[in-house]
Amino acid sequence: MEKRVTFRGWLLPLLLIAPQVIISAVFFFYPAGQAIWQSLFIPDPFGLSMQYVGLGNFEFLLSDPFYRASFVTTAIFSILVTLCSMIPALFLAVLADRLIKGSGVYRTLLIWPYAVAPAVAGVLWLFMFNTRVGVVSWYLGQLGYDWNHVLNGGEAMGLVVVASAWGRISYNFLFFFAALQAVPKSVIEAAAIDGAHFWRRFWTIVLPLLSPTTFFLLVVNIVYAFFETFGVIHTITAGGPQQTTTILVYKVFSDGFVGQDLGSSSAQSVILLIVVGLLTVVQFKFIEKRVHY
Amino acid sequence: MAREIHGMVEKRGAGLWLTHVFMILGVLVIFFPIWLAFVASTVTQADIIRPPMPVWPGDQFWTNYKNALFSGVNVPVGTMLMNSLIMAIGIAVGKIVISLLSAFAIVYFKFPGRGVFFWLIFLTLMLPVEVRIVPTFEVVASFGMLNSYSGLIFPLIASATATFLFRQFFLTIPDELAEAARVDGARPMRFFWDIVVPMSRTNIAALFVILFIYGWNQYLWPLLITTDPEMNTIVMGIKQMFPSGDDFAHWPTIMATSILAMIPPVIVVVGMQRLFIRGLVDSEK
Repeated sequence: MEKRVTFRGWLLPLLLIAPQVIISAVFFFYPAGQAIWQSLFIPDPFGLSMQYVGLGNFEFLLSDPFYRASFVTTAIFSILVTLCSMIPALFLAVLADRLIKGSGVYRTLLIWPYAVAPAVAGVLWLFMFNTRVGVVSWYLGQLGYDWNHVLNGGEAMGLVVVASAWGRISYNFLFFFAALQAVPKSVIEAAAIDGAHFWRRFWTIVLPLLSPTTFFLLVVNIVYAFFETFGVIHTITAGGPQQTTTILVYKVFSDGFVGQDLGSSSAQSVILLIVVGLLTVVQFKFIEKRVHY
Repeated sequence: MAREIHGMVEKRGAGLWLTHVFMILGVLVIFFPIWLAFVASTVTQADIIRPPMPVWPGDQFWTNYKNALFSGVNVPVGTMLMNSLIMAIGIAVGKIVISLLSAFAIVYFKFPGRGVFFWLIFLTLMLPVEVRIVPTFEVVASFGMLNSYSGLIFPLIASATATFLFRQFFLTIPDELAEAARVDGARPMRFFWDIVVPMSRTNIAALFVILFIYGWNQYLWPLLITTDPEMNTIVMGIKQMFPSGDDFAHWPTIMATSILAMIPPVIVVVGMQRLFIRGLVDSEK
């Protein structure tokens, strides 16, 4: 789409666009280019020079059991976060949609957690499940269950999933609620006259009508779980125990900054770049479709 | 008749009560972590380290919050709050300003290289800062921007979401307005200030809300580049308050800080709910 009416001149538009182009070049394109370039080298043991290894870093990474494990961890983590944030959100949205009065009050209360930073959410959940002072872990202990996410990988994963999904429930709720409000009431009422009870209407009419929103949220939540949950993991588990909660983004950080392995960290960045690219393509393909929907 | 159908669809009586009960239960469960943090911020350390901690607030509210705000653990939380505020507002304002300007240039001018610039900006949509942290850190370090506000702000405004939103919006501004401005001999920048910016008010406000939250909630980037506690932001500073060894963390101070860290974004989100929801829907489209 283009404007029919435009202004003349070329110096002014170049000046207007300059701040964004300069900032993007310095803080985006140059670093991204560096990541790609560095992924082809390994530093020598003294850090004095870089040796060209072609795709060696990638070959090494893909054969590294820890990296492959991190891929699996990321997949499990993002699927669980997506499910644990979308199902409760849909449930609450369906409830709120059935109310004629008061849904605004609930909505105001339910959007709170969205404002809480992932890292702060991590601290809140860590506090509840802390092995020494946590309220929930204490009550679990009273029931005979010995909670220890510091040692138990499964419990650690469960905790980071719940802490990451918590704030997302708000986000998903808003989108589901808006979509439910847009479902034509006449269709629902027609089904009601035909004698379809609530669950039947939900499964056969409402849920199919929600599918564009659901698909959109699936992609967005997976992107969130991949890239925006660093704060949760860093505050609760720091990737442990035994790397059971080391997702890919966390590994870029721990190999690059803690381990100082620049070649490997850059190669990981490039792989993540490809993952983001694919997810973005999926998202755009979907948005194109939604326009025609 | 219509009322009866309505009754079948929107529950009344027992069904309505049940819906409210479930809804309240949902809200309680979702609020529980925040409530617990608030309670912990009003009791003494001794109340917490002997579990189970109380579930109703104690009488240490002022002591704990005063202690956090003015002494903190490494640095007063008041300082961290100020850093976060500067960072969040800097990111929101910076991104809105550069995006308004470049979107105006892309939509209202035909200049050489426009297509190339457009695609270059488009590419920046794809790569979150988490993915390019090591080289971005090196760039910022080489500019001597570690432990500075510019180092906190600039790398996070290098992305094009806002530019796209403004471009989409500018395309909907009627051509007649630009035509009239041109006939009147108005310069482009006059048209920008008098027509385009005022018309974009709502979009600017909605975007401000989203970007403020985005900036406030940043964690990894401030963690990397603020080695000086005086420059810590509150969201990343909380983790720094935990002792490294086996000591007990000072939970009342940490929880008071957590509550302080969520107050500004909660005020923005709840207080500007309409704009927030609009911004959310716009920026994800």
